[in-house]
Amino acid sequence: MATTVSADPETPEAVAAALREARYLADDSTALIAFLAQRLGKPILVEGPAGVGKTELAKALSRATGRELVRLQCYEGLDEAKALYEWNYRKQLLQIQAVASTAGEGDKQAVDMGEIFTEDFLLERPLMRAIANPEPVVLLIDEIDKTDQEFEAMLLELLSDFQISIPEMGRIEAKTHPIVLLTSNNSRELTEALKRRCLYLWLDYPDSEREIEIIRLHAPEIDQALAARLVEIVDMIRDLDLKKPPSIAESIDWARTLILLGADDIDGKIFRESLSIIIKHRTDLDLVAERIGPRLGRSDKSEGNPGRQGK
Amino acid sequence: MAKVANPGDQPGPSGMTEQVLAFCEDLRSEGVAIGTSEIQDAFHALEIVPWHAQVDFKESLATTVAKSPKDREIFELVFERHFFRATEHAALEYADAAESARRAQAEEGGPNQDGIDTEQLGEMVREAIAAGDESAMNDLARLAIEAFGQQGESSGVVGVDLQRIRRGLGLTANEGDGEGEGQKQPIDRDQLARFERQLRRELQRGQIERQRNLPPSRPLSDLNRSLPMRGAQDLAAVHKAVAQMKRRLATLGQDPRGAKRGRTVDVRRTMRSSLETGGVPLNLAYRPRRPRKPEIYVLCDVSTSVSSAATFFLSVLHALHDSFRKLRSFVFIERISEVTHVFEEERDFRKMSERITSEGGVADVSGYTDYGRVWREFLEDVSADLGPRSTVIVLGDARTNGRPPAEDLFAKVAERANRTFWLNPEPELYWNYGDSVMNAYIPFCDGAFECWQTEHLMTFVDIVAAGRPSLEKPKARKSGHRY
Repeated sequence: MATTVSADPETPEAVAAALREARYLADDSTALIAFLAQRLGKPILVEGPAGVGKTELAKALSRATGRELVRLQCYEGLDEAKALYEWNYRKQLLQIQAVASTAGEGDKQAVDMGEIFTEDFLLERPLMRAIANPEPVVLLIDEIDKTDQEFEAMLLELLSDFQISIPEMGRIEAKTHPIVLLTSNNSRELTEALKRRCLYLWLDYPDSEREIEIIRLHAPEIDQALAARLVEIVDMIRDLDLKKPPSIAESIDWARTLILLGADDIDGKIFRESLSIIIKHRTDLDLVAERIGPRLGRSDKSEGNPGRQGK
Repeated sequence: MAKVANPGDQPGPSGMTEQVLAFCEDLRSEGVAIGTSEIQDAFHALEIVPWHAQVDFKESLATTVAKSPKDREIFELVFERHFFRATEHAALEYADAAESARRAQAEEGGPNQDGIDTEQLGEMVREAIAAGDESAMNDLARLAIEAFGQQGESSGVVGVDLQRIRRGLGLTANEGDGEGEGQKQPIDRDQLARFERQLRRELQRGQIERQRNLPPSRPLSDLNRSLPMRGAQDLAAVHKAVAQMKRRLATLGQDPRGAKRGRTVDVRRTMRSSLETGGVPLNLAYRPRRPRKPEIYVLCDVSTSVSSAATFFLSVLHALHDSFRKLRSFVFIERISEVTHVFEEERDFRKMSERITSEGGVADVSGYTDYGRVWREFLEDVSADLGPRSTVIVLGDARTNGRPPAEDLFAKVAERANRTFWLNPEPELYWNYGDSVMNAYIPFCDGAFECWQTEHLMTFVDIVAAGRPSLEKPKARKSGHRY
C-alpha cells in the first residue's frame, strides 16, 4: 500500500482527533469503527435515521485522511453500466471504421476484437474509479438500500476483494486500499451476504451534549445558552411521533437562522416564524406548533433560563 | 473451528479465544446469524484493540458480529451474560498498576469477614464519576454490589437494592451532602444518574445470572406466535408484527423479477452490447421493471362482532398507510365512512383509533353490520375511481346479522377493481356457520384468507406486494362446510 497520505492511525483516539480536525465530532464507537475499518481494510455499513451524519462521516474521513472522496449515489434502477464501467462504444465504432478504412481489402482480420477491448475504450464509473485510482481514496456508496438486490450482489466482489472482473479484459485489482462506507436509511433489509462483509455502525441522534457541541462547531457565533435551548427544543420535537423528525443538519440550519435573525432566546414568536427550517411536513408543522408552541409561548421572558419542562 | 491464532497471544488471558467463540455460539443460539468470516473479523479486530479496554472490546465485537439494531439488542444481553466474568478478569489483570492494586486489595478483603470498605469504595466511585470513566464505574458498580451482597442485604428487588447501595456509599446528588466530612465535592446529577444506571444494569444482570435465562428479549423473532385475539389486546405485539410487515412491504415491492414478460427494451444498452457481435443486436437489454405500486382501497369492519380484531385491523391499516401512497381507507358498520384523512393527520396510533371511533362518522344505530348497504354506498361514492390498478381489500367477518348479503353489488365492485381480497378474522372453520355468508362473496374475490395470525398477514402481504397471483387458489375453498 503505497500511500503519500498519512499512514494508518495508531489508536481510535487518533481517529477521533483527526475527525474532529475535519469538523466532525465522532462518538467513541464511531471513532473506534472508523479506526478498525482502516486497520482491517473492511467496509463500514452505516445505518441510522436520516440526517444523523452518515454521509458527512465519509466526507470527514476523506478530509481527515487527505484522500479523495469518490461518491456513488444509489437509486432505483442503478446498474453496473452506471456504477462500475461501460465500454465507450462510439470510440470503439470509430476505431473499427478507422482500421477498416486504412487497412486494405485483404486484411479485414486486422480489426481484432481484442484491440477494442482495452482500457482505452473503457469509461470509468465511480466504483471503477475508486479501485483504479493510484492514490488511495474514500469510497462512499450512498443509500445502498435504494438499489435492488442484484446490485448488492454485484458489489460483493468489490467489497471483499477490492477487485472488478471485466469479462473481456480480466480482473482489475485495486492498486490501493480504499476506505469504503456504505450508508443505508434502513428502508429495506440488506442481504446477509453484504452485511457479512462489512463492519456495522448504527448512528443515532447524538445526546444533547454532543449535539450542542456539533452546533457550536458549525455555527460558532451561537452562544452556549441559546444552543442548549435549541437542542432541548429539538429533542422535544424528536420525541413527538413525526413523519420526519428534524435532523442534525436541520438543527444547524436553525442555529444559523437564529443568528441571522439576531435572536438571543427562542420564544413563541421566533419559534413559529422559523419552524419551517426544521419541520418539512405540513401535518408535522401542525403537530409541533400545537404541542411545542404553547410551552415556549408561556415561558418567554417570564423565566430567564427556562429549564426542561415536563413532557 | 478454523485455527485462529490466539490474538491475545501476548497479554490475552488464556481461554479468551474459547470465550469469544462460545460467545458467538451463544449468539447463534439466540438467532443471530454469524458466519465464520465474521468471527474471523472479530478476532482481527481484537488484535488491534486492547483486550482490557472494556468499551472498545465490546464495540469491536459488536461491529463485527451484530449487523442490525435488533441483533445489537440481543448482542447486548448475551454479552452481559457471557463476558461478565471474562472481562472483569481481564480488566483486573491489565488495568494500571495502582488501580489494580487497590482493586485487588478490595477483592481480597472481600472473602474475609471484614468485607469491603464502603467508605473507600464510595471515594473510588466519586473519583470515577468525576472522571466520567465508564469502564471504572462499571467495575465499581460490580464491586459495590458484591460488597453489599456479602452483608446479606440483597433483597432481590432491583430498585430497593439500588437505593440501599447508593445510600450505603454515601452518594447524593449536588449540595445538601451532610455526610461525615462535610467537604465532599458535590456530584453532578447526570453523572450520578449514569452510575445508577450502571448499578441497575449490574443488578439486573445478577438476577439473570441467578435465573440462568434471558429476559424476554426477542419480540421480533417470535412473529409466528398467533396474535392475541380475544380479551386484552396486546397492542404492542400487534404493532411490532405490523412494523415488521411494513419492512417486508418495502422489500417486496422491488422483488418481482426473473420473468421477462412485459419488459421493454433498453435501446441504449442493446446498442452497446451489440458491439460484441459486430453491431448486430443479438442480445436484447431490458429496462428494469418498476415495482408495482398498487392503489389500494381498504374497507374495514369495525362492528361489535369483530371488535376483538378491529384493533388489529386498524393497526394493519395504519401500517399500510405508511407504505403505500395511494391508499384510501374506509370503516363501516351499518354505513361506510372514509377515514383516509384521519390516518394522514394523526400519527399516533392510539389517538388515531380514538378519532376513528369518535368522529369516524360511522352511522352506528344498531351496531350491526349491513353489508348490502355498505356495498351500495361504496359503489355510489367510490367505484368511479376504481380501475385496473386498484386493489380492494375487505377486512370483515361477513356476518350480516341476517340482512341480505347483496353479493351482486359486491360483484360489481370486484369487477371494477383489478383485484379483490377478503381477510376474515375468523378461522376458516367458522366461515358460513351462523349468519356468516362468506360463500356468497368468495366467488368474486381473487383471494379470501383467514387472517388472525401475523403469519396469515405475511402470506397475504406477499401476494399483494409481489403482484403474483395467489398460488394456493383460495377460490377452490368452497363448500366443504355445511352452509
